[in-house]
Amino acid sequence: MAEKHIIVKDLTMAYGDFVIQQNLSFTVNKEDIFILMGGSGCGKSTLLRHLIGLKSPAKGSVFYQDTNFWQANEQQRNKIMRRNGILYQSGALWSSMTLAENIALPLEEYTNLCSAEILELASLKLALVGLSGFEDYYPSEISGGMQKRAGLARAIALDPDILFFDEPSAGLDPISAKLLDDLILELRDSLGATLVIVTHELASIFAIGNNSVFLDSKSKTIIATGDPNILLKECDDQRVRQFLTRGKNHQHQESNS
Amino acid sequence: MSKTFIPSQYKIHASEIDNYCDLQLSGDWVIGNNIPSLNEIKNNLFQEFPSVTHLSICCSYLGEWDSRLVSYILILTKTLKKQNISVNVSGLPKGIQSLLKLAKAVPERTGAKKTRLQLSFLDVLGNKAINTVSESKKILSFIGEVWLSAQRLIQGKARFRQRDFSLVIQECGPDALPIVTLISLLIGLILAFIGAIQLQLFGADIYVANLVAIGMTREMGAMMTAIIMSGRTGAAFASKIGTMQVNEEIDAFKTMGISPMDFLVLPRVLALIIMMPLLTIYSNIIGMLGGMWVAVGMLDISFFEYYLQTKESITIVDFSTGIIKSLVFGTLIAGIGCMSGLQCGRSASAVGDATTKAVVRGIISIVVADSIFTLLFESLGI
Repeated sequence: MAEKHIIVKDLTMAYGDFVIQQNLSFTVNKEDIFILMGGSGCGKSTLLRHLIGLKSPAKGSVFYQDTNFWQANEQQRNKIMRRNGILYQSGALWSSMTLAENIALPLEEYTNLCSAEILELASLKLALVGLSGFEDYYPSEISGGMQKRAGLARAIALDPDILFFDEPSAGLDPISAKLLDDLILELRDSLGATLVIVTHELASIFAIGNNSVFLDSKSKTIIATGDPNILLKECDDQRVRQFLTRGKNHQHQESNS
Repeated sequence: MSKTFIPSQYKIHASEIDNYCDLQLSGDWVIGNNIPSLNEIKNNLFQEFPSVTHLSICCSYLGEWDSRLVSYILILTKTLKKQNISVNVSGLPKGIQSLLKLAKAVPERTGAKKTRLQLSFLDVLGNKAINTVSESKKILSFIGEVWLSAQRLIQGKARFRQRDFSLVIQECGPDALPIVTLISLLIGLILAFIGAIQLQLFGADIYVANLVAIGMTREMGAMMTAIIMSGRTGAAFASKIGTMQVNEEIDAFKTMGISPMDFLVLPRVLALIIMMPLLTIYSNIIGMLGGMWVAVGMLDISFFEYYLQTKESITIVDFSTGIIKSLVFGTLIAGIGCMSGLQCGRSASAVGDATTKAVVRGIISIVVADSIFTLLFESLGI
């Protein structure tokens, strides 16, 4: 049995009185590529914000290995958060800093390296995502796809244990999206990190995911869980099938009836 | 029996049985053309054929059409249906039929239409009270966080980049000099003019120097600089931090374990606390030069007379009251600007709101603080 990395128990997410999802329980194992999927507006990104410590749950808990994240003290929480690398939807690079400075900041903050070594490391991370030579560019000077890759370089700056991705391929053309997927896989293999990915890009879901949860906005909870490829073959739930087949199955049945 | 009713762009026929009618459309039904109003068709229909129950729309003579016609037919069908008249659209062009089908495909979601809630006076009052409480809580927790952050700074734990700090210093110091110069000069001129006219009546022209010197150092220098900085720097802080909030940059700081308080707010508050007194001193000097300009030009007072009178009139106390005020104003402006930015929502309009809030609250708090200071100094006899 694989080692457990993140355990979500009975989580309820709400904005004020408005419940978004409830009774969420699932486990992310070490070195999983875990997909959070579901239709638009079902709370995938909100779930991600709960996992990475930006929003506290209305009820329930999130465990990182043995630590209950939301009941831990600030020091423990910071320690956990430091082991996470996050790629935000828009890249979220700090706009007042160059790419090298963006990657250098966490290194300056958490390591004792001298500035020359930090610069070397930053260059390495940029080279890993194919942005060698762009060290002195500001985020606004590069394209959206490059910003995402630079965001990825920052996310892996501290060699994290877990990498979180918020819709990595949103806004990218199919080829860039595929390249980013490949890059994500390669980095996982070489870093040995656990990956949690929010996405509704079917191509990526089947290409890289090996475990998943499917959130539904109407029933406000998880309606399917497991390897997406197996879900596609075996899941009976009409909503999941429709999603995973891009509605083909649904149309097929309609024309039959 | 068959009768026909013919206005310009449509005809209404009745077939053998009176309750079956045909609506024959003709001409161009496009946006920009004159088309008969819905009521006209309805009135004609009911006047001429009161017993109608079925209406077929046909279009053998229809010219061009666009979504205007589609929407027209959609509404016509809806209103006629309410009066139990069925409408047959199969005689319309394929395009219109499929658009109609598309428009009706998803039924209107019940409850989706926004209804404006009529709140009673008590509800409004209650909401206001709740908002005020939560808003005050936010302000208090922000003050608390700034305080903790300042403590970390003193203990040497808080970290921000030297370069960011220098940049903010540059933005809210030297970059503000031109506008501070202009406004202070004008304020000095205005004070001198007003004073000159009144004091000339008593032949006490020379006291213009006192008026300008005390006016600038005690009140106007600090206050005008603060108002300029609120509109300039406070707004810049709010919009910059607000945009970072929209771009998830603040989230990136938080998840990286870097406190946005230490990294963004602290350097800005510090920079303004350092720069505000300097700008105020500068503003005082420029204001007095403005006063001198009026005095020397208009009042027959020599440069040296004015200088000596000014030097006599102000004490170190006058001067330092202005400086103390400017320190407080600087803290207020930076704090309010950063707080508005950090509390910004996640849309472009939220950034605008945050900026407006920063300026409005900034100016209000400056004026209120100034009044408190004046009362305080008055009662302390300073």
